[in-house]
Amino acid sequence: MNREPLIFEVSAKGKKAYRLPKLDVPAKPDVLEGLPVRAGIPDFPEVSEVELVRHFTRLSQQNYCVDIGFYPLGSCTMKYNPKVNERVAGLPGFVGAHPLAPADLVQGNLEVLKLLEDALCEIAGMEAFTLQPSAGAQGELTGMMLVHASHEAAGRPRKVVLIPDSAHGTNPSSAHLCGYTVQEVKSNENGTVDLEDLAKRMTEDVAALMVTNPNTLGVFEYDIRKIADIVHAKGGFLYMDGANMNALTGICRPGDMGVDVIHINLHKTFSTPHGGGGPGSGPVGVKKVFEPFLPVPRVARRDGAFVLDFDRPKSIGRVRSFYGNFLVIVKALAYILTLGPDGVREMAETAVLNANYIRKSLDKDYYLKYTTPTLHECVFSDKIQKENGISNLDIAKRLIDLGVHPPTMSFPLIVHGALMIEPTETESRRDLDQFIEAMKQIAREAKESPEVLKSAPHDSYVRRLDETAAARNPIVKWEKNR
Amino acid sequence: MSYIALSDQDKKEMLDRIGVSSVDELFGCLPDEIKLTRKLVLREAMTEPELIRCFEELSAKNGYIDHLSFLGAGNYRHFIPSVVDSLSSRGEFLTPYTPYQPEVSQGTLQAIFEYQTLICQLTGMDISNASLYDGATAAAEAVLMANRLNGKPKILAARSLHPQYRETIRTYVKNLGVRIEEVAFGDCGGVKTDDLLKHLDKDTSAVLVQSPNFFGAVEELKKFCDLAHGHQALFIVAVAEAASLGVLEAPGAVGADIVCGEAQSFGLAPSFGGPHLGFMACKKEHLRQLPGRIAGQTKDVDGRRGFVLTLSTREQHIRREKATSNICTNQAWCALRATMFLETLGPDGLRDMAVQNIQKADYALGRLTAVRGVKARFSGRVFNEFVLQFPRDVRSVEAGLRAKGIVGGLGLKEFYLELADCALFCVTEVHTKAEVDRLAAALVEVLR
Repeated sequence: MNREPLIFEVSAKGKKAYRLPKLDVPAKPDVLEGLPVRAGIPDFPEVSEVELVRHFTRLSQQNYCVDIGFYPLGSCTMKYNPKVNERVAGLPGFVGAHPLAPADLVQGNLEVLKLLEDALCEIAGMEAFTLQPSAGAQGELTGMMLVHASHEAAGRPRKVVLIPDSAHGTNPSSAHLCGYTVQEVKSNENGTVDLEDLAKRMTEDVAALMVTNPNTLGVFEYDIRKIADIVHAKGGFLYMDGANMNALTGICRPGDMGVDVIHINLHKTFSTPHGGGGPGSGPVGVKKVFEPFLPVPRVARRDGAFVLDFDRPKSIGRVRSFYGNFLVIVKALAYILTLGPDGVREMAETAVLNANYIRKSLDKDYYLKYTTPTLHECVFSDKIQKENGISNLDIAKRLIDLGVHPPTMSFPLIVHGALMIEPTETESRRDLDQFIEAMKQIAREAKESPEVLKSAPHDSYVRRLDETAAARNPIVKWEKNR
Repeated sequence: MSYIALSDQDKKEMLDRIGVSSVDELFGCLPDEIKLTRKLVLREAMTEPELIRCFEELSAKNGYIDHLSFLGAGNYRHFIPSVVDSLSSRGEFLTPYTPYQPEVSQGTLQAIFEYQTLICQLTGMDISNASLYDGATAAAEAVLMANRLNGKPKILAARSLHPQYRETIRTYVKNLGVRIEEVAFGDCGGVKTDDLLKHLDKDTSAVLVQSPNFFGAVEELKKFCDLAHGHQALFIVAVAEAASLGVLEAPGAVGADIVCGEAQSFGLAPSFGGPHLGFMACKKEHLRQLPGRIAGQTKDVDGRRGFVLTLSTREQHIRREKATSNICTNQAWCALRATMFLETLGPDGLRDMAVQNIQKADYALGRLTAVRGVKARFSGRVFNEFVLQFPRDVRSVEAGLRAKGIVGGLGLKEFYLELADCALFCVTEVHTKAEVDRLAAALVEVLR
């Protein structure tokens, strides 16, 4: 297969893919005088429109995506992204609105924000939501800032945030970015928070516990209320990473479990497309006591009209420009309105059914370190295949040959050689069965013909890539005479 | 409705295989006392036509789009070629995850690699990351990066830096022991050199200047860069209007250490403020402190070129609390659109567009300051925005223009008390001469 060249390699001087109107104001010949003008942009690409279209069409064909097939990337919740949501997010009043327009000219957009805030409050059992954070990690950071501001306002700032060893890497990173020291809490033999270890570490120096529920193994923290009690008894707060909300919607609500602050990923639970790495959106929900600290501005209602309220002296301030990833917010709202209350529950039920079907179908072929019941995902490992020298990486690459996207690899860290599988609710039985069959075939190949796995993938645009060389000698842009 | 692909028969057989009699049993691992015993209070499910109508009605409640607008201030309306919408909406670009499995993600990875190259060419820098959330958070990340690089506690930020960028930076550094001091602007609208000198000292980690700045004025980057470096401080340039890079000198050419900003102008509609595109580029020697994802070139086992996410030891999934940033999901699809936009326009198109912005803003400034009582507040050269000073309350001017179907400019009172009698206007290549003339005529009437 021929590789698609870089655009710079097909560029030729004078080619054009654009047509701009002629200047319609009187041209001032010396208008650039006195300005620091650049001589040009060296090696900037010049192509025709048809070349450009084919370039990106061919590049697109080298991508796997949800529209093509099953994408069981654990904890990423890669579900189908409905087409109608793209259509409504493209409406002119949404796309064309300037964020600093007078409030009375953007009532529809402010209403969209309020509608989603209210829906998320109900789904998560929280009392206020901010939609400003741009992605999950920024939601975590915002949440930590709210915790910090709350302790500070009470005159008792604290230094430590506790995080289970099974947590996603953004958790410790976000806590650290808020000035906290991070301490790990051990997992017990069920893969859940070790209550004894938590009680020991939970001192009056601890600002919050960040817990993911269900956790990264897909296991629900059965003792979540006890956990909340332990944390609250020492004056700390319970932060929930809502990355796995897809397991819970309509079934139970974090707010009812003792959670004080939570972030939700709209690009996971509420099906906004991930775009090859973003944009996401990471709304943060809180209990009433945190409401004064939420980022400015807040959408409010005055005399029957929506307004933006900036007069909030206790606010942590802005965490970004304007109001968040607005078009992502529109799509998430569209998803919730399409599903309705029954659909939102059915979403969690089916996600959990699909995950348990996969788990049960593969538990003879792959090792399950934790046999605790799981919800929306399950984490196998390569322990059995390791006996034949086959790693989770080999398994993942072989799946590519068999036409499915590999699961999340090597995470959570408490499972060595992890393969974390999350099917979501939108997959058909046929897709689930094909995945199960592929995994079974790989388990057989690991015993019978391990070399097929080690040299996989065989049928992709490129074969296994040398990631070590990429990091050792970084080439991170194209240069003319390399 | 929900997007479920299982038949009732499928469900039954799947439950049988799992060995349970109902889906409820699968939730047996939850304590009963936290289970919801009622239905969620949400609007009942909508069919597709109902949903479309619902959103059409919401969209129609935004009267803004029926107005002639001259708002800018970090969010710009530029022409978006049709190829950008057409190509970027392909499912293969819209619906993959982050390219963790490079063998099935070469399209996204190569596009990021091209994006990084384009950002380096435009900014004159060595290294670009794969994107950040937006211009404000990119500026905050740049400040944190400078602090990591030299460990000094003080950041000097121009007061002519976008107010929302300054607010975001303050939020980010509040609990980290980094101090922000602001440097005044002078009558030219740009950074006041005396004031910069007054604040610069051995504790200064970095000087952060936006150009064109919030008032549209083009800053004297070379001078400020030399002053910063003279005090062993880093120089950070923020670019909130990326279209300016089509004709103005690259910040890298004057010696900037970090260039960050907002690239919404490259193929992204105003969208009520998001999703947009934060970018960041730096000098080669600072590569290991750059936040965010980076795509790199490598080879596969057959020796063919391919691309991967690289240098991940800087990132949270490897380094956890020691990472350069907590960012995970970024704005990849927006960066893809910017890549398509830039490759469509090429160097000539970008320059043509940028020069048209300068010409039209210049024309508008001339027309509007010819209106009796209206003055340009600052003397400096501008790109596509400028600040006008009015002889009477800006709100009444705004209201007068609104009555004629015109929005703009942006009253500056809530951002700068000393500019309470001023408003910021933006004119880009999409504004026609007739529209500018209409604004001028309206202003004459309003101020009569």
